Amino acid sequence: MTLTTKTLSALILATGFGLAAALSPPSAIAAEKRGGTLVIGSTQKPRHLNPAVQSGIATAVPGTQIFATPLRFDENWNPSPYLAESWEVSGDGLSVTLRLRKNARFHDGAPITSEDLAFSLMTVKENHPFKAMFAPVTAVETPDPQTAIIRLAHPHPAILLAMSSALLPVIPKHIYGDGQDIRSHPANSKPVGSGPFKLVEFNPGQDIILERNADYFMPGKPYLDRIIIRNYKDATSLALAVDKGEVDMYPFLAAARDINRLKKNDNLVVTSKGYAAVGPINWLAFNTTKGVLKDKRVRKAIAYAMDRDFIVNALQGGASTPATGPIANDSPFYTGDVERYDVDLDKANALLDEAGLPRAGDGSRFALTIDYIPGLPEQQKSIAEYLRSQLKKVGIALTVRAAPDFPTWAKRVSTHDFDLTMDVVFNWGDPVIGVHRTYLCSNIKMGVIWSNTQSYCNPKVDAILDRAGKETDQAKRVALYKEFQKIVVDEVPLAYVNLLPYHTAYNKKIGNPPLSIWGAMAPLDEVYWKK
Amino acid sequence: MRVLGIVARRLAYAAALILAVIVLNFLLVHLAPGDPAEVIAGEMGGTTQEILAEIRHAYGLDKPLHEQLFIYLGRILRGDLGQSFYYNLPVADLILGRLGATLLLVVAALVWSVVIGTFLGVIAARRPDSPFSHFITILSLVGYAAPVFWTGIVLVIIFAWLIPIFPIAGMADAGIEGGGLAKAFDIARHLFLPAFTLGIIYLAQYSRLARASMLEVLGADYIRTARAKGLSERVVVGKHALRNAILPIITIAGLQFGGLISGAVLVETVFSWPGLGTLALDAILGRDYPTILGILFLSAVMVIIANILTDLCYRLADPRIDTGGR
Repeated sequence: MTLTTKTLSALILATGFGLAAALSPPSAIAAEKRGGTLVIGSTQKPRHLNPAVQSGIATAVPGTQIFATPLRFDENWNPSPYLAESWEVSGDGLSVTLRLRKNARFHDGAPITSEDLAFSLMTVKENHPFKAMFAPVTAVETPDPQTAIIRLAHPHPAILLAMSSALLPVIPKHIYGDGQDIRSHPANSKPVGSGPFKLVEFNPGQDIILERNADYFMPGKPYLDRIIIRNYKDATSLALAVDKGEVDMYPFLAAARDINRLKKNDNLVVTSKGYAAVGPINWLAFNTTKGVLKDKRVRKAIAYAMDRDFIVNALQGGASTPATGPIANDSPFYTGDVERYDVDLDKANALLDEAGLPRAGDGSRFALTIDYIPGLPEQQKSIAEYLRSQLKKVGIALTVRAAPDFPTWAKRVSTHDFDLTMDVVFNWGDPVIGVHRTYLCSNIKMGVIWSNTQSYCNPKVDAILDRAGKETDQAKRVALYKEFQKIVVDEVPLAYVNLLPYHTAYNKKIGNPPLSIWGAMAPLDEVYWKK
Repeated sequence: MRVLGIVARRLAYAAALILAVIVLNFLLVHLAPGDPAEVIAGEMGGTTQEILAEIRHAYGLDKPLHEQLFIYLGRILRGDLGQSFYYNLPVADLILGRLGATLLLVVAALVWSVVIGTFLGVIAARRPDSPFSHFITILSLVGYAAPVFWTGIVLVIIFAWLIPIFPIAGMADAGIEGGGLAKAFDIARHLFLPAFTLGIIYLAQYSRLARASMLEVLGADYIRTARAKGLSERVVVGKHALRNAILPIITIAGLQFGGLISGAVLVETVFSWPGLGTLALDAILGRDYPTILGILFLSAVMVIIANILTDLCYRLADPRIDTGGR
């Protein structure tokens, strides 16, 4: 092949551009990424924008843009510096020292100091519903404006995760420390934050408009000019809007039908990554104080009667993954080495016979009711109705009891007025935060939803969880949680069905999409539009 | 003078009615199981007894029901609609922020459906057994029978997704800044499908009503007289008949306007239209008592005002009505 003049010029040009690109300063590359508006669609609406006193997904997505946290995590559960430049856990595990960045400022210009961090941590400790996050904190010392020392009553490895995502937003003491009740503080709807985006407008129930924080402490970022979070009342119209391109990103997409439809759109990427720390488990809960359900064999029988594969593949269109235990599959503490409860109707019948509950003349042994959370048909209602016909095969007459809305269901379940119920509970990162609460004897609290509503109590499990929460050696923690999972799956206060198939659908032109363990509940300061 | 007396009497009656409505709504709303604390706990993904107790105490929910009622009545009489339990923002602000959107939607839907409906009904009445007339009847029934959320979604799929002329949902594109023509055009684009969907039901009603009313009027003696006098058909129908046939339409339109807030809920939900309907629905599901009561209060006031205005309009349109009251 001869080297024509044309080819030669092309080669020279290419080399020239290549060299130029390689030699460009990073700021030039960053400048290329700058600009654009990201429209996020959601069916959840936040009450207000302060995650320090309000947990949940709805507040977390805007809250993590407005407020920064000491740490952030990548997709492999590794912490990296955020507001804290560096951190150190003492040898005995009883103190954590954080060094904050010097140039960090709130959106009103005031510097972010260790006093604000201490104030934020104590605020979260007192007001946030997840008490386990900072319960062991006895004090936060602030020897100088850049240093905070957190003192713990015992080692608390969960604290690192508790200092990320929406769990410890650093809020301004000079605004929230004015004596007003922080839960209803007016600044919650007009927050002065510490994160990559500032609030422009909050229209409750409609949309949230955020704009770039030009004084963000990570220079060059964020890349986006604006983020608009739009509330859609109807999941179908949100899916259509994403399909059409009116919405750029749709996190927490969970309906199999919509997932499969959006996957067909070549302009979109639909991924299940980004929910590793959420750990949303869909399960069948037993009220272990009620009648026949006190007997472990009855619960086991029902678990064996349930065909999890059918539920995942037929009812949920193959979009979800089966769950096998109290800890979600993506957690470093997960083990699949537990009793599997693969469907076995013969075994179920045998267990019920063994429990002394023979079939009557008409074939039925006993009757139960089942509740479910309204509004999540694929995950809740359809499984409840499936169980009615499935449990009939083993002689259980199941009545499905519908609730018109969430508070009605919550009232029934929290006051233990139920036999069986479908439920969804999140792990929230470290098992200490979202897993322990379902199994501890001390958390059987009447009237509190998502406490130990099953009234399950095993002192051995309590002891294991207590030790696992305090164990600083990761390998030992994994072993302890393994034992916990085996026991709990064997005693079956809950029959685990599947992980909620949370997906994010986003425009393929989006660079650095939020796929860390916290997904969209993390700062979107690295997201940009590819040109 | 007489009119003033009528209005005064009506207003006094209205005040008593509104009071009764408030008390009844208050009791009804508290009958629903669950309370705001449970809703807040639900959205938080978990909670503790202390937090639940604190929330209930902060909202006065731990007081006996009659005490809560008196506190609420006291506030209303002072013109204070209270704070939303859910958003911690003044209820009056929330309602005012959404009222405009609902009025826009509802007025747009009503105007086009009344005008076009009457027009179609009149034409159908001119030739009562023609294919056109039967077509109108069938169209009316289908339009009335089809559930509005189905109609809405179908229209979205065809005209917003398949053939992307209109946006899928919302009232405005947050990307367009400032006021002016661009913003107005953007809102008009967003308004088209929801107003059309909502209007289809009314269209059905008004075309049927206009047809029936017109038929009745066209059979009257004075119409025969007008024709005998040699007046053109256009004048007979357009001037003499229409003015009489329109009376029931005014009545129904006026009465409907009062109750329109509830009628728009489904359309507002399908199109994520930021109006009072969705605010009310969210408030009910969230057991946000002050907001629910505020919207119901506004609704009652609107119904009463609409009734009074309709009455007055009717008297204006029909001089035969004795202002001594019938």
